[in-house]
Amino acid sequence: MSEITNKSLTEIVDLIKKKEIKSEEVTNAYIGNIKKGKKLNSFITESFDNALVKSKNFDAKPNYKTLLPGVPLAVKDLFCTNGVRTTAGSKMLENFVPTYESTITNNLWLEGAFLLGKLNCDEYAMGSSNETSFFGNVINPVKENTVPGGSSGGSASALAADLTPATIGTDTGGSIRQPASFTGTVGLKPTYGLCSRWGIVAFASSLDQAGPMTKTVSDCALMLEAMSGFDPKDSTSIDRKKENYLKKLTQNIKGLKIGIPKEYRVGGMPNEIEELWEKGKNILKEEGAEIIDISLPHTEYALPTYYIVAPAEASSNLARYDGVKYGFRSSKGSNLIEMYENTRSEGFGDEVKRRILIGTYVLSSGYYDAYYIKAQKVRQLIKSDFDNAFTKVDAILTPSTPSAAFKIGEKKDDPISMYLNDIFTVPANLAGIPAISVPVGHDKNNLPLGLQLIGRPLGEQTLLNLAFSMESKSNFKQVIKKWWEK
Amino acid sequence: MSIDKDKIKHTAKLARISLDENKIESLSKDLSNIFNFIEKLSKIKTDNVKPITSILDHSLRTRKDKVTDGGIRDKILENSPNKNEEFFIVPKVIE
Repeated sequence: MSEITNKSLTEIVDLIKKKEIKSEEVTNAYIGNIKKGKKLNSFITESFDNALVKSKNFDAKPNYKTLLPGVPLAVKDLFCTNGVRTTAGSKMLENFVPTYESTITNNLWLEGAFLLGKLNCDEYAMGSSNETSFFGNVINPVKENTVPGGSSGGSASALAADLTPATIGTDTGGSIRQPASFTGTVGLKPTYGLCSRWGIVAFASSLDQAGPMTKTVSDCALMLEAMSGFDPKDSTSIDRKKENYLKKLTQNIKGLKIGIPKEYRVGGMPNEIEELWEKGKNILKEEGAEIIDISLPHTEYALPTYYIVAPAEASSNLARYDGVKYGFRSSKGSNLIEMYENTRSEGFGDEVKRRILIGTYVLSSGYYDAYYIKAQKVRQLIKSDFDNAFTKVDAILTPSTPSAAFKIGEKKDDPISMYLNDIFTVPANLAGIPAISVPVGHDKNNLPLGLQLIGRPLGEQTLLNLAFSMESKSNFKQVIKKWWEK
Repeated sequence: MSIDKDKIKHTAKLARISLDENKIESLSKDLSNIFNFIEKLSKIKTDNVKPITSILDHSLRTRKDKVTDGGIRDKILENSPNKNEEFFIVPKVIE
């Protein structure tokens, strides 16, 4: 069964449950692909021996009652994995081996899955192209020399290239949805608090949220079901019963009201994005949803707000890297302060240092009110925009990104143009609400493009249903020639 | 707004990051551009808006003051770049 790796996660789970394929066969098939896929640089650490042992154990004593029985999964290298090094894409954590397991990965293992490897990402998840990783650029399998997006770039690349049947990422300002859009895959950022942040290397704690990245919407529902849930170890975790997202998944979206925010029609947006948006609207209309024009008046302030709040939180979170408790320590410096300064200078990359400096500046005495408090006020206005909109509509449809995947190096030297990638994804993080990117079409260069659906707090089921409907009617076909295997 | 070289140096000091002299120029340029972009926020009136403190509906949960783990000294020390059996070792602080 050589095509096993072309299949979706739900198909693989079905085959394992029907005993038509063994976990070890599935695992070997992915290991084979990963070995042939080195050029993509999507893996930082491989965990093949562990995966093979776990798959053999599963086959010897199978338990089919879990959601992910005998399924090997590679995960973003921002999730701490017990005994397997976790780098966050940074030199600072190059040799860090956690002695504990993140709640999210633990949830996946409790559902029968096991670790296949750790996936490349932008350093500390700070980036939109996976070019800030200490472990090098990741390549988009859709086209050579093209970025997979970021920060969950390794996750998106490995998924699209059939190196893992599904994966997980984290999304602080678009880090799941933008790479999903760039690689023709599905990516969901859940409601803040739905998935535990415990054991995830922190970037900006009030914005960070883990979520599934998958080939299909059904897979996304299954993964979300497996990973979500209340966790007493995360004080922001929402205490509620687990949902059966997959079981409740339906294409029936009749009567749902979909808002089209006029502020997302930004200047200089390519025609094909406009056409894609139109296509999405038409699909939803034909399926019985009602399209309503809405306004989210503070949209243009979302990105400037984000670039105060996120770096401020990052500068606090990353203060822990002092070369004492774990991670890299510089050998230079004659006293403690110099040791700190040299450790942080040598251990962090340029983008991380840039953001720590921005954050430190906006929190520093004399600037705190003008920047940080101001941003938290505007964040309130952005959240109120969404609250108002959701009194009229059930979900909001927008493009996922202002363009398709760009070339490696194209935006590397211009932070602002890189930040503009997240213009459509950042508002959902600021408001803490769920949003999904689903592939709907291609641009003129045959690069995939996604549309984003934004929902009410805890409105994941509605988003999945709308995405499911769009997926089935959009006729999106992933075109990936495995050029890296030659 | 421009973030000049002195401001960069001061902020780097606060952030405990040593900077190469030859990188300060380009950092000053990058950060000035970023702050010009952020400056847009000053256009909005927010006098009567309360700053958001949490996007959650519930307030942060507290737990019972009960010991739930402990006795993991070795695990905590395991990843330290410099340690002995009981302590993290750092450069001399007291002369």
